Amino acid sequence: MSVFNIYLIGVGGQGIGLLSEIILRAADHAGHPVRAVDTHGLAQRGGSVVSQIRLGAAAHSPLIRAGEAHLVVALERHEALRAVARMARPGGTLVYYDTVWQPLPVRLGRDQEVSAAAVAEACRRRRVSPLRVRVDDLPEARMQNMAVLACLHRRGLIPGLSEAHYMTAMADLMAGDMLARNRRIFQTATTG
Amino acid sequence: MKAMGEMLLRQESFSEIVMGNTALVRSMVEAGTRVITAYPGSPTPEIATAIGSIPRQRRPFYFEFSINEKVATEVAFGAALNGHLSTVFFKSVGLNVAADTFVQLSLMNLIGGMVVVLGDDPGANSSQNEQDNRHLARMAYTPVLEPADPAEVYRFYRAAADLARKRCMPVILRLTTHVCHAKQKVAFDGWRPSEPDNTPRFDPANGSYIPLAHMVAPKKTRALANLAAAEEELAGLNTRVDNGERRRGVITSGLPYLSLLDAIGAAVQKPDILKLGLVYPLARRQVADFLRSHRQVKVLEELDDILEHEIKALAFDEKIDVEIVGKTDTGDWIGEYTPDKTAAVLGSLWPELVTLPASAVEAQVPERPPQLCPGCGHRSAFFAVKQALSRDDITVADIGCHTLGYLPPYEIGQVLACMGASTGIGSGLALFNDRRPVVVFLGDSTFFHAGLPGIVNALFNRHDITLILMENGTTAMTGHQDHPASGRNFNDVTDVIPVRQVLEGLGVKNLYETDAYRQAELVDLVRRAVADDAFAVVIARHPCMLKFTREQRRKPDYRPRRVAVDPQTCDRRHVCIARFGCPTFSRGPDGAVAVNPDLCIGDGSCVQTCPVKAISPAKSS
Ligand SMILES: Cc1ncc(C[n+]2csc(CCOP(=O)(O)OP(=O)(O)O)c2C)c(N)n1
Repeated sequence: MSVFNIYLIGVGGQGIGLLSEIILRAADHAGHPVRAVDTHGLAQRGGSVVSQIRLGAAAHSPLIRAGEAHLVVALERHEALRAVARMARPGGTLVYYDTVWQPLPVRLGRDQEVSAAAVAEACRRRRVSPLRVRVDDLPEARMQNMAVLACLHRRGLIPGLSEAHYMTAMADLMAGDMLARNRRIFQTATTG
Repeated sequence: MKAMGEMLLRQESFSEIVMGNTALVRSMVEAGTRVITAYPGSPTPEIATAIGSIPRQRRPFYFEFSINEKVATEVAFGAALNGHLSTVFFKSVGLNVAADTFVQLSLMNLIGGMVVVLGDDPGANSSQNEQDNRHLARMAYTPVLEPADPAEVYRFYRAAADLARKRCMPVILRLTTHVCHAKQKVAFDGWRPSEPDNTPRFDPANGSYIPLAHMVAPKKTRALANLAAAEEELAGLNTRVDNGERRRGVITSGLPYLSLLDAIGAAVQKPDILKLGLVYPLARRQVADFLRSHRQVKVLEELDDILEHEIKALAFDEKIDVEIVGKTDTGDWIGEYTPDKTAAVLGSLWPELVTLPASAVEAQVPERPPQLCPGCGHRSAFFAVKQALSRDDITVADIGCHTLGYLPPYEIGQVLACMGASTGIGSGLALFNDRRPVVVFLGDSTFFHAGLPGIVNALFNRHDITLILMENGTTAMTGHQDHPASGRNFNDVTDVIPVRQVLEGLGVKNLYETDAYRQAELVDLVRRAVADDAFAVVIARHPCMLKFTREQRRKPDYRPRRVAVDPQTCDRRHVCIARFGCPTFSRGPDGAVAVNPDLCIGDGSCVQTCPVKAISPAKSS
């Protein structure tokens, strides 16, 4: 494998930072050279936020080129469509948590909410395999990121990463109760 | 769990995945930096986060958030005069505020040495304007180093600190947004803490530190000599990538270098590259050699054409026969040189070397601009102010979270320049104008940063405008740093400087105050303030609810709260969603209003806005 690009997207406040940091560290534990970058600043206030992770020695900039993401991970439906349309690489995969945080124009009644069918259609046209995640018994919405992580692991979507890599990465970043709760979701979430 | 603070002080060498901003702090520790100052601003606040991860007693340096960039620069300057290696950091436009002090640093014998860390923001990801601070560096005869990734941040700060200390001068480390925030595994050296030397070594004989006319020449000579020394001593940070191509070469620096590598990744014959770590002054010998050994050289330069001009002048002086291609299109001056942009820029000269960005699939996705958070007091304030004002009134915004008021549904704040500018701009708008009331806004951190002079001026020159002070007790937009009215500084508790008392002390007579959640009262106060025939201030206060909610969540007895919309009572007038505009509310296909439980914090500020009282606190879930 030369380069593997992971483009993560969500809405500020959804916990995309933790998700991307776990993946990044798991990839490092698996021996991949890694480069990454997160959105900080203003956009974190309810705007679209992005994290980019690039694996492989031939990845130089932390920024992924348009249409070059092997894996797109989205925590919200509108963002899933936004990212697939611009960033997904033909033949790649989209994993998205199917929740909706309506963007401003939709709330104002000036625009339509994106449907799950629209996401599927964009994936079809881009030749991307979509994986929809939705878990109804999560203790907290802020753990949706762990349900997505569980899916990435179960389906073996990131080359070379095993359960141990993910678990070690989680322990790098969390401790105590928080670690236990997140690991539980990661290990038990049955996803779509 | 890996503790960042422990890592930053580790004495053995180690490797760790870090952000550029974190790598910088480790470098400051290893370099023996004694005094660090700053004012918050993206992309630099995480430098302070890393510093804050080290318990205060164990920090080998003093750190403060000063009240603005100019004062931060002055504190670091003073510390350097006492013999301490010092560093100041702030965002790109912070240098405009610091400029009056900054431009003199290179003229001074800074016996401790000083590093100025700039967080520039090509593409204005989170800045009011895109500016190239290399212009100011040139104006102030100050060398500039430009790392491309966290590993280089670590290495280049050390080089900057070494030279600064050795020659008692200032050196700039110029970071950009995606260098600050890039993450990578960095190999760190060991660190041997040394006994701190607190001797105050200030001695006027080391100066002159006084701007006397007869000292202009010797001071400037000193700055120029230091620049020349930097060219010699820091040229080692430049690297030449030899791809065995004698026709084509590229000179570049910083993150655009990495973009270049990605853009030409698939090229059969890659150009040679000269990557500059030292971008000012130009390492003339190295650059001349590179020019001489190529027929065509592209200067790949983000933002302005500073290198391009210097390189062209050098080729002219040295009579080098080479074609130099710089910027060819207005677009070349604008925005961040991402890999896609770099491919486009380079592709206009050498199309066969790059692959162009893939085109997007057509898809209708509504924009998602940033929003005021659920419960934000600024939202309540805008909702009330909008009712109190007439269509024709002129509103002037300032920098901070309340800047987002310009968006629908409020559309308040039709002019916005930079920190603290609202009162001055509003005063100008009020001249020859007794028909259209002028209402200006200001956040509480900005009040202390640069807001006060405009206010004093409005009082001094009797400008008849209304100032609405959005007091949320914190510097919210940049990540909740404390400010003088918070009662805490970065290190400790401190005396509160209450905004209200400051205004009273200045002699503001028409002074009103209420909690922004008290809608009816706020509407009334704004009306009265606008009607006053003098400078009037309305303090609309409410604590930052993002900060408050985060603090609540950490408590063991935390219980989430929500509001609920009664579908029977709701008559779908959509005031909550389309005029109050809390992101918690969503609109069903049939127009029904729902509460997003992932977003609602149950603050209840919305309850009073519903004309049919359909919103109420939800029974505890
Ligand atoms: C000269 C300058 N320094 C720093 C910044 C970064 N900055 C953007 S918003 C902001 C904070 C504003 O805080 P406050 O006035 O309290 O408003 P709030 O965000 O809390 O509503 C800062 C420091 C800037 N834009 N310009």
